[in-house]
Amino acid sequence: MPKWLRLPLLPEGMPVAEATAVTHGPGSSQHAAQHIAHQFVDADQQHEAGTLGMWVFLVTEIMFFGGLFAAYAIYRGLYLPAFEYGSRLLDIRLGTTNTAVLIASSLTMALAVHSAQTGKRKALIAFLLLTMVFGATFLGIKAYEYVHKWDDFLVPGLRFAPTETLPAGVTLPNLQLFFCFYFFMTALHGLHMIIGLGIMTVLVILSRRGRFSADYYAPIEISGLYWHFVDIVWIFLFPLLYLIGGRY
Amino acid sequence: MSTAVAEVPGARPVNYLNAKYGIRSWLLTTDHKRIALLYLVSITFMFFIGGAAATLMRMHLITPGGALVQPETYNKLFSIHGIVMVFFFMIPSIPAVLGNFLVPMMVGAKDLAFPRINLLSWYIYVVGALFTLYAILAGGVDTGWTFYTPYSSTYANSHVIAAALGVFISGFSSILTGLNFIVTIHKMRAPGLTWFRMPLFLWAIYATSIIMVLGTPVVAITIVLVALERLLHVGIFDPKLGGDPLLFQHLFWFYSHPAVYIMVLPGMGVVSELIACFSRKRIFGYSFVAFSSLAIAVISFLVWGHHMFVTGQSIYAGLIFSLLSFLVAIPSAIKVFNWTATLYKGSISYQAPMLYGLGFIGLFTMGGLTGLFLASLATDVHLNGTYFIVAHFHYIMVGGTVMAYMGGLHFWWPKITGRMYSDAWARFAALLIFVGFNLTFFPQFMLGYLGMPRRYATYPAEFQVLNVMSSAGASILGIGYLIPLVYFIYSMRYGPIAGPNPWRATGLEWQTPSPPPTENFEETPVVTEEAYAYAQMAPPAAVAGRNAGG
Repeated sequence: MPKWLRLPLLPEGMPVAEATAVTHGPGSSQHAAQHIAHQFVDADQQHEAGTLGMWVFLVTEIMFFGGLFAAYAIYRGLYLPAFEYGSRLLDIRLGTTNTAVLIASSLTMALAVHSAQTGKRKALIAFLLLTMVFGATFLGIKAYEYVHKWDDFLVPGLRFAPTETLPAGVTLPNLQLFFCFYFFMTALHGLHMIIGLGIMTVLVILSRRGRFSADYYAPIEISGLYWHFVDIVWIFLFPLLYLIGGRY
Repeated sequence: MSTAVAEVPGARPVNYLNAKYGIRSWLLTTDHKRIALLYLVSITFMFFIGGAAATLMRMHLITPGGALVQPETYNKLFSIHGIVMVFFFMIPSIPAVLGNFLVPMMVGAKDLAFPRINLLSWYIYVVGALFTLYAILAGGVDTGWTFYTPYSSTYANSHVIAAALGVFISGFSSILTGLNFIVTIHKMRAPGLTWFRMPLFLWAIYATSIIMVLGTPVVAITIVLVALERLLHVGIFDPKLGGDPLLFQHLFWFYSHPAVYIMVLPGMGVVSELIACFSRKRIFGYSFVAFSSLAIAVISFLVWGHHMFVTGQSIYAGLIFSLLSFLVAIPSAIKVFNWTATLYKGSISYQAPMLYGLGFIGLFTMGGLTGLFLASLATDVHLNGTYFIVAHFHYIMVGGTVMAYMGGLHFWWPKITGRMYSDAWARFAALLIFVGFNLTFFPQFMLGYLGMPRRYATYPAEFQVLNVMSSAGASILGIGYLIPLVYFIYSMRYGPIAGPNPWRATGLEWQTPSPPPTENFEETPVVTEEAYAYAQMAPPAAVAGRNAGG
């Protein structure tokens, strides 16, 4: 296990072995043993396997979004005016707000992982709930934006007939292409957020039942990786969709 | 939680097959060995569906005007054959059946890292297969397995969305399988099992898993875009609406060329095991064979453009893709030479698995060399879209992968079931498959070279002799595939008891009873030597066992 895979989520400056050793009280190994699935030799192996599994999954996810980003980049190159015009039709204030909301949710998620590692159950639950609130806020704002696009006749395929006259060099199909990517990429991202909220709900329930401790917090840490990944996808989507419109 | 397996004297030993009974114990199992058998049954079913489509096609092509079906139906037949065979048989074949069964045993673990995800991936496969079967029953799909746009997204008047969804869904099955293998091989190796002591099958599966994890999501998202375009009539790939159909081909082949290596790399892993065991020698150039698997996985991602030499891609891109495609021949050739060198001065025995192994080397070499014709820009212009391509990739996929899959199935069958099959029948079937295969596909090289295009329901009368030869070969091939079905099923009940290690092979999987107990090993094995230590292995007729010296 390369240690860098786990380090970002540990208290700063604390090597992996120490971090677990510090929190081990008497009898804690027994406690941890309850959570070891039969195929693993010990808790370390299980923890490492789970973390590596999530990283491999995230690699898959990168390729999943990567295909879309590649297609977006090609069409942006081909139809620059349409893409810039389309970008200007998006609501930059809402996009910026959502970016801030998501970054805040990443912070609370990191704090949730930290609380789990240090065995603070109440803080863990609070930070998880806070993360969920931010996530739900993001989705709410996104839904509001979607509704506006519907009202503005900017939903490709279903209701696409922009009312304003298009600037020179912008054709209707090309503009529709921009909105295809806008909707597909943000919807795919939103789907990941919804899945993330589902995971958070399970984690909150399990935390309330006291399933996690300083010896066993792998699900929190691994879900944290997923949450941060979904945030990072947005960090790329936001400039590509909202900012590269030539409005300053 | 499972309990330790205890040997009861006098009673039949408890193994993974008889530990529990009933349909629930199978459908809810998390045992990698049982999941392997679930896959075995499901992909065999799909294999015979794809095979039936192929049979109808070959029967149709006996006469120049088409003997059997309407041209539209013919289009659906080759599409069904391609989609079912590629996505529902070849891609899961060796990884999901043999890989599932063997990876945990070869690393000396009790199970894969994520047993429940493993079961989930089988269910995902089944759901994907059901969508595809629905598309077939509802009236079929006629786009070919490649779903080229804008035909698939705009003009095709068949059940494209259902078939595409089936492919999309089954993709997640292969992603999760690959993820499970990567983590298992990294994290769950037994004490002493260093990377360079691993059997080459594991290296091959590892390289395959990397492709599965990196490539599959790209084709998945592409197929969703096609379905969206078809559903909403937006122009993502439709040139009429500003879309770029070439982009679809780029995205499609970015996965689907590496997918060829998803199919053939595990076969190479199987063949490495077979050649070493039946030559009684350590594999020649172990680390070269191991790294060539990784090299193939890496280069496979850089060659997709050779499918698009004549579809309007820039000539400079074509030049580079041509060069890179030649590069992939190097690691492939390294493997072939090393297998051949392993045979040299080995004490070779020609049991059924070895016949398949040797068949693989010959047929894969032919498939690989004819691939170079297609990687050259100039000859590809002549051969593209002809039966030459059909013959080429069938030499790789059927001559390569299916031969290896059959070889692997024959090799590990005694481990899987604890019983031996009839060796005489197995050798007969292996020869029949080899003869039938060559008779089917070699004439297609000639047909393609003479200019017969693929995917046509009719052809000029001058091509009839070769087509009849091909169809005759296909019928022999079909019988060759049916015979093992019979003797395998027969052996499960009436075959002689195999014992733990009937081939006296090395490898951890042979050090545990056949069939293995649910937890695979009574205690965690410790590895003290390299793979393929056949030099220390007892000569024939000795007690199956393993000299731990080294």
